[in-house]
Amino acid sequence: MANEFFPLFYTFHFYLFGLVALVGAIVFITRKSPVAAALWLVVVMAALAALYVLLGAEFVGMMQILVYAGAIMVVFLFVVMLLNLGHPSELNDIRGKWGRLAAGLIGLALVAELMALSRSAVTLSVTLPARPPADVIASPGGVIGSIADPLFNEYLLAFELTSILLLVAIIGAVVLAKKRSA
Amino acid sequence: MMQSVHPLAETVARFVWWLPALPLIGFVINGALSIYASAKPGPADPSANGHDGSNIGHGSHATDEGNHGHDDGDGHDDHAPTPRHRFAGITSIVGPGVLVLTFGLAIALFVAMRGVEMHEPFVSTLFAWMPVGDLHINAALQLDGLSMVMVLVITGVGMLIHVFSVGYMQDDAGYPRYFAYLNLFVFFMLLLVLGANYVVTFVGWEGVGLCSYLLIGFWFSEKANADAGKKAFVVNRIGDFGFMVAMFMLFAHLGTLDYATIAERAGQFAPGGVVVTAICLFLFLGCVGKSAQIPLFVWLPDAMAGPTPVSALIHAATMVTAGVFLIARSASLFSLAPVASLTVALVGGVTALFAATIGLKQWDIKKVLAYSTISQLGYMFVGVGVGAYTAGIFHLVTHAFFKALLFLGAGSVIYAMHKAYHATRNHSDDAQDMRNMGGLKKFMPVTWTLMWIATLAIAGVPPFAGFFSKDEILGATFARAHGSTLADASLLGMSGSTVLYIVWVFGLAAALLTAIYMTRMMLYTFHGPNRTGDDARPHLAEAPWVMTGPLLVLGVLSAIGGWLNLPGVITDLAPIGPTASLEHWLEPVVGEATARVAGGGAHVAVSTEALLIGLAVAIAIAGMAIAWARLKPSALVAKSAAAPATGIQRVLENKWYVDEAYDAAIVKPTFAVSKSVLWGGVDVGLIDTLLVNGSAALTRFFGWMGSQLQSGRVGTYAWLIVIGAVLLLRAFARVA
Amino acid sequence: MLAESLALSAALFTIGVIGVLTRRNAIIVFMCVELMLNAVNLSFVALSRVYGATGQVFVIFVMTVAAAEAAVGLAIIISIFRHKKSVNLEDINLLRG
Repeated sequence: MANEFFPLFYTFHFYLFGLVALVGAIVFITRKSPVAAALWLVVVMAALAALYVLLGAEFVGMMQILVYAGAIMVVFLFVVMLLNLGHPSELNDIRGKWGRLAAGLIGLALVAELMALSRSAVTLSVTLPARPPADVIASPGGVIGSIADPLFNEYLLAFELTSILLLVAIIGAVVLAKKRSA
Repeated sequence: MMQSVHPLAETVARFVWWLPALPLIGFVINGALSIYASAKPGPADPSANGHDGSNIGHGSHATDEGNHGHDDGDGHDDHAPTPRHRFAGITSIVGPGVLVLTFGLAIALFVAMRGVEMHEPFVSTLFAWMPVGDLHINAALQLDGLSMVMVLVITGVGMLIHVFSVGYMQDDAGYPRYFAYLNLFVFFMLLLVLGANYVVTFVGWEGVGLCSYLLIGFWFSEKANADAGKKAFVVNRIGDFGFMVAMFMLFAHLGTLDYATIAERAGQFAPGGVVVTAICLFLFLGCVGKSAQIPLFVWLPDAMAGPTPVSALIHAATMVTAGVFLIARSASLFSLAPVASLTVALVGGVTALFAATIGLKQWDIKKVLAYSTISQLGYMFVGVGVGAYTAGIFHLVTHAFFKALLFLGAGSVIYAMHKAYHATRNHSDDAQDMRNMGGLKKFMPVTWTLMWIATLAIAGVPPFAGFFSKDEILGATFARAHGSTLADASLLGMSGSTVLYIVWVFGLAAALLTAIYMTRMMLYTFHGPNRTGDDARPHLAEAPWVMTGPLLVLGVLSAIGGWLNLPGVITDLAPIGPTASLEHWLEPVVGEATARVAGGGAHVAVSTEALLIGLAVAIAIAGMAIAWARLKPSALVAKSAAAPATGIQRVLENKWYVDEAYDAAIVKPTFAVSKSVLWGGVDVGLIDTLLVNGSAALTRFFGWMGSQLQSGRVGTYAWLIVIGAVLLLRAFARVA
Repeated sequence: MLAESLALSAALFTIGVIGVLTRRNAIIVFMCVELMLNAVNLSFVALSRVYGATGQVFVIFVMTVAAAEAAVGLAIIISIFRHKKSVNLEDINLLRG
């Protein structure tokens, strides 16, 4: 919507948040301290949330902030602090020169392949439409409604099953993390 | 194929399949008894004390070594009578009983066939056996003049020999096993002659080979016997290869293996063409193996290691004549291939003479008869080779009579000798060596009389059976030398006429030798002083009636068998019986082929024919006279005291060293190549080291590589997953 | 913007992979996996602009699974840390036969 009225403004912010996400990710994987890494990952996720909003997925953007950055990353940080990580031996966990080189080569191959794949799968003629799809605009429930329609009709069973998945995860987490009582 | 209902269709011929079925039932019963007896040895079971020897007729003369190799009796030092097999009673009823029933059925079929006019064979299809693509092979039996003659010979002579075996084998530990094999043999033999196509015949062909192997090695606890069985089996394989190639070629060119259809389509072959000649030569290779002709005859003398009735039935009367039968059965093909036919005649003639020379100097009574059989088979091949198919089959029939009689007579002699030696606990002297016999006429008058009849028959003295059949073959050979298709062909650079004259001369020479060696055998066995030994002599006695009875029947048949096919030249002179009845009987089967070979011009004048007959009789009489005059039984000494032979006699005694030559030319090189190349190179090097151990090492290497992947380190797994994902994506990217 | 979004998604995913490959700290590896999931989410969202809202539904599911995974995974890490006093992947070799 914003791109209709302020195309330059929109484009600037798109590239800005994209750059933030990219730089944040690189910084994230190079931090030695787990706490720093987690905080940089939060930065990446926030930038991604902004990108979601710019791409017209406002609800997903909100969920990204709430669930990922808010809940999941907090759990990570919580675990890092709970285990009191940060011992010098643990800080030096990055692989050596050869490992990094090999990983870089594999990464290059992977990114090249992904690019080629995305280019061949989505032809260049398909560009981002100026407007969101008609069903998003026309949905009486607005942005949320456009998601709610497939979620609660077409994917109702899967949605219900996620509740069971979460229940199992909760129980599993409790059982695994519980201290063995003697 | 049969447009109208065959005249035999509603008669007893419906039950033709019972002919092979009955001996098969006998085999199953006797085999079950044998297996049961050895699985659950009873208290009175002679096989329970773990010795498998026999008490009688234990001939083990694969080698001409001195001692009679009987190891039996050692377990019976107290000389109590050997207990019979506990199932001997039931086997004695079942074994010969099924043959009696089969013979009865064969007679009924014969009567039914005489009652109708038959122009085409009666084929009884049991089931579709191999319907594969263009190949349609039925399990079908064929009844015509030829198979009827063979069935009568097999069941008739077979029945007599079964009865004889009851006496001969009575104390043998393997009594039910013996009759099981014998019944199985009759089953396969009937399948061979009744088969309506080459494949059924081939099953019978292989089956009789199997039974021959089993019965040659019947006393397998002695290595020489087992080796003789193996030798027969291996040599026959060479022939079977030829048979199979011939079948493949027949199917490739005619698209069928049924006899009736082949006879119809044989005209497709160009007369004297390469294909039909090749087919016939390959078929003949099969016959050479089965019927012990040069160069594959070496197994038959060794086959005498089996019990003597087996030698009579399988290795004289029936199985070894299967080759002659096969050529007569394939007459429609052979009559189109003069070169192949000449080959058959030449091989037969050479074999007849060659084997007869060896027969001159053998001391083992069964060996004499074995070489005599090879020689007589040669005559039969001369007969079917020159296109006188009826003459060949005629000699087959009469030979079955007199040679079975000779073998059974020899069996009777061996039985008596063995009993005498056994009674005196003499285990060193050979019960089959003629040097240990002599003068047996006094002790065994019945056997003596009957064997003289057989000897006169085989020597060709009128009016006994062999005279007519042998004379017919020689006469046909002489007649075919002019005007026939054979005379016009050429073989080995000689004209067909020359070849046939050579064969004829060979046949006459072999006839002379036959008369000599048979008279020699009779003289040494039955005449002159007895050389058995003073201890054993009082124990010599005639065999029981169960053995002499069959001899008597065969004696009658040997005497009057010639009446089956009296030549016209004799019935014109004296009307003593019907003229050429066998020829008329076989006319629908081989008549066309015979006429094709004869070509219309192959006839001799009556005066010439009479001259030929006179010549044959003169030769037979001369041979016997020579033998009688030159051989002095009184001058012989017992084997243990005999001096080794010298010169040509030694060569003959050692059978022209053919076995030694084969050993040096084929067996030893095969062994050497097998040992150094196949064993040392291929087996140890290639198979053991490279393939067996190599594949194991390769598997271990891959297993080791796989185990290296399973390091248990999560980091390694992550790397592998990512590498895999990259490779997979690459494949996807290429597809997309 | 679609091509840029997909390119960014590919880049983020690759960075996550490199992180997984180069780090030994189990928690950081885990966070790299989360980054990879986020990269996938980005392409889902971008393509949903073209192909409809179903893509966003899948993002919701991915988040749910990620939450469950984080809960269980972190519980496992805690359990392992209690046992080994370490979260270094080199030390985690219970799978070793």
